[in-house]
Amino acid sequence: MNGVHDLGGSDGHGPINLEPNEPVFHEEWEKRVFGMFLPVAATGAFNLDEFRHAVERMGAPSYLNTSYYEHWLHAFETLLVEKGTLSAEELAARRAQIAQEAH
Amino acid sequence: MASSAHTRPLSDIEIRVKALESLLVEKGLVDPAAVDALIDKYEHKVGPRNGAKVVARAWVDPEYKARLLAHGTEAIEELGFSGMQGEDMVVVENTADVHNVLVCTLCSCYPWPTLGLPPVWYKSAPYRSRVVIEPRGVLKEFGLELPEATEVRVWDSTSEVRYMVLPERPAGTEHLSEDELAALVTRDAMIGVTKVSK
Repeated sequence: MNGVHDLGGSDGHGPINLEPNEPVFHEEWEKRVFGMFLPVAATGAFNLDEFRHAVERMGAPSYLNTSYYEHWLHAFETLLVEKGTLSAEELAARRAQIAQEAH
Repeated sequence: MASSAHTRPLSDIEIRVKALESLLVEKGLVDPAAVDALIDKYEHKVGPRNGAKVVARAWVDPEYKARLLAHGTEAIEELGFSGMQGEDMVVVENTADVHNVLVCTLCSCYPWPTLGLPPVWYKSAPYRSRVVIEPRGVLKEFGLELPEATEVRVWDSTSEVRYMVLPERPAGTEHLSEDELAALVTRDAMIGVTKVSK
């Protein structure tokens, strides 16, 4: 599928930002998103190609302005709701609950 | 993982991740201990030290090198490295005349068993967009200036094939052991954005 993810040869993305001694993960939440991928895929909830496709279906501004593991999180949320594993309402309610508890 | 919750408010993304994980745990799709184990594996056990062992072996053992270049997946598995994102490995050799460099323009495909998880720059739009049209310029940003006569080959991953560069063995390393050689090999040299130096 053609789309914004097909970056080869496109211009205007700026310099490459190198980070000496870069850690494997930069945030705790990135670790959780990474660590959930294999177990959830192993249940048959989705496969890798579906996951990649869900990232490719992000709109261009979202794709370019969010990080790699945000792409993964987006794919998780998109696919699990589309496939009926979770409902959008369930996710929204749980987020509201967590936000209130952490307040 | 919630230890910081009392020192600062959770970000939107932290809330989204916690919501997702807690629901998946409740539904029996995720075991938090399995998540912890995977994080530990890719944070501490799988990484470019694996690939460096493959490179060093190829430098000291011509027969291994021939197998590595002919049948990458199997040769890498001989050293115990295999699995997810390394199921179809192709190893490309840097020589005095040819320099290879890797990218995944469509995604961020990367050989996990030998190099671990990719750095942010490898996954970023600037690298993915530009290395295929001006590789020499990109390599200069990594401090690598190649002679005009050197042929540059850029390998763009497919959804299945994962590439790895076999860097050139630096001159003056004839006296070093395999382990000492492995210690010289860097992640970036196996991506092909730098060379190995002594």
